[in-house]
Amino acid sequence: MLWNVTTAEYLRTGHMACPGCGASLSLRHALKVLGEQTIVVLPACCTSIIVGGQPTTAVSVPLLHVPFATAAACASGVRRALLAQGRREVTVMVWAGDGGTFDIGLQAISGAAERHEDFLYVCYDNEAYMNTGIQRSSATPQGAWTTTTPGGKELEFEKKDIIAIVRAHRPSYLATATIAYPDDFRVKFERARQKSGFRFLHLLAACPPGWKLDSSSSLEVTRLAVETGIFPLLEQGDDHELRLTYIPESYQPLDDYFRLQGRYRGLTDEQIGFLQEQVSRRNQLFAGKS
Amino acid sequence: MQCESKPRAASSREMMMGSDAVAHGVRLCRPQVISAYPITPQTHIIETLSEMVDRGEIPCQFIKVESELSAIAACLGSVSAGSRSFTATSSQGLAMMHEVLHWFSGARMPMVLVNANRALGAPWNIWCDQSDSLSQRDVGWVQIYCETSQEALDTIIQAYWLSEKILLPVMVMIDGFILSHTMEQLMVPPAAEVDAFLPPYRPRHFLDPDNPETFSAAAFPDGFYELKKNITRTMEEAGDVLADGCRQFAERFGRRYEHVEAYCCEDADTVFCCSGALTGTVRVAVDQLRRDGHAVGLLKLRLFRPFPRRELLRLVKGKKRLIVLNRAVSYGVGGTVSQEIRAALFQEENRPTVHDVIVSLGGKEVFPEMIEQIARRAGELSPMESIWI
Repeated sequence: MLWNVTTAEYLRTGHMACPGCGASLSLRHALKVLGEQTIVVLPACCTSIIVGGQPTTAVSVPLLHVPFATAAACASGVRRALLAQGRREVTVMVWAGDGGTFDIGLQAISGAAERHEDFLYVCYDNEAYMNTGIQRSSATPQGAWTTTTPGGKELEFEKKDIIAIVRAHRPSYLATATIAYPDDFRVKFERARQKSGFRFLHLLAACPPGWKLDSSSSLEVTRLAVETGIFPLLEQGDDHELRLTYIPESYQPLDDYFRLQGRYRGLTDEQIGFLQEQVSRRNQLFAGKS
Repeated sequence: MQCESKPRAASSREMMMGSDAVAHGVRLCRPQVISAYPITPQTHIIETLSEMVDRGEIPCQFIKVESELSAIAACLGSVSAGSRSFTATSSQGLAMMHEVLHWFSGARMPMVLVNANRALGAPWNIWCDQSDSLSQRDVGWVQIYCETSQEALDTIIQAYWLSEKILLPVMVMIDGFILSHTMEQLMVPPAAEVDAFLPPYRPRHFLDPDNPETFSAAAFPDGFYELKKNITRTMEEAGDVLADGCRQFAERFGRRYEHVEAYCCEDADTVFCCSGALTGTVRVAVDQLRRDGHAVGLLKLRLFRPFPRRELLRLVKGKKRLIVLNRAVSYGVGGTVSQEIRAALFQEENRPTVHDVIVSLGGKEVFPEMIEQIARRAGELSPMESIWI
């Protein structure tokens, strides 16, 4: 897979992403897998800015900007129009942030998933409202600083389990991925592309300004999210069970992941211990299934 | 509406509810995508459309969405991908669509939406007034108000014709219950005649991987200002384009519609102005008042956006007073339509006195006698304050 990466670029240079942006790197590689017969539906998110303002655009596939809460509904409409016109060879992809997915867009996602609308919904999750200046979302992890959780997000507010929510709708494909594991990432996009019906990919995408990272360490941090188990690489099999697609030989301590990010600076040792216990419990749960 | 020459092809004369008339109008326009969410009193429209789609009478995709926001958003997607689309709603549903209504006009996407006029809560109220659609007067949609079910059917065909010419969306209003749920005898035009009037939708721009374009990317202030100026210009011209469409429609189907329709106005000194099915009630009142020797007339405001200022000015020239019958109020100013009419007349030297009457909200019944009473008391009415019945 890794050796088949096309040299064609569908997210071209000159876009407006910050250095080290996980979202733009993910979009670049997602489009390389999906190819030019792709239509992107884009609600308000960092990428609405990244792709550039009129009269320029950094994306060389058709792209539809849509209001924040409407991505899954708009994509339903795009697909139905293609069906009505007999244009069958096109992939329709929603590209949305965590705010547009976990929060304001959730109802439309539920509706589209229940109707088995035929498109790929990708959430690139940078774990807060980064485009508006780092406010907490329901995807913000416990303990993380944002401008609206100045003391760190309360430990009792766990990150919303979007995978469980989407899975309850019995999608035709469901997986998590990060561009820090490009082979796994590409395989999952390819599988998603080949399926029909409602498909959902949850990507963890590092945000250097929002996570208070050095821009050169965004891939390293994303890799650590997987190696610690705080962001497991999952895939739903044909039996609708979730399995790990990558199992670290031994899980790294969560503290290593936290220490690289300024947003976790306020955590006490006790809090880190509490969160480590949570993640370890989940790691064991998945280990038993995989 | 005036019936002129004979229609060219035979229409079928049928008895049906207003909602079914809307559904037949939509069917004849051959939408490729319909997306809708149920709300009283719009429900019969989408039920009938569902049956038509089910029977294969409308070969189209019907998306049964989970909210009105998604109903209009799905249409944003389908029109952007190049398909003629339709939705219908009412009241709270239209309010919920507000954000996407703006998006449609800003993106210059043609679209037709039928709104069954109904009051907005709180408190809950399912009956007719125009506060839902008049609250949306600034979203960049053409607004047309229908008096009869025949007019609703015809207007939907004209609405697609107009919308795809000017690349702005069109909202067609029928009175909830008063039109939507009552039977009327009407003419259903033959499909071939509608096809000849309304060609298939051929968008210049649509989502096409073979010709990739970005739609509605962020615009910087100067560009944004220009785009909005263009919408205003197009909207100002839309009245003339629609007038041309109505002329062509009349030639083909024998039914002529005007932006502002005058009834008994030639020698009238006092003229009522209203829109929607209320017009029928006022016609009856005008007939009675005429029999009693009062020089009264009626102006039916069919087109509300763009506001038909020129037509209105021509028709009210030399009149003594204009009594505006409102079914929506802008709190703190008065009847919504009265304000529009006052603004339109303001520059005229010999303008009639405008009386602002809030005649009905939330389905409050209006009887011809009430209208007659207003006319008989016209001399005592103060132009300074709103009149509540």
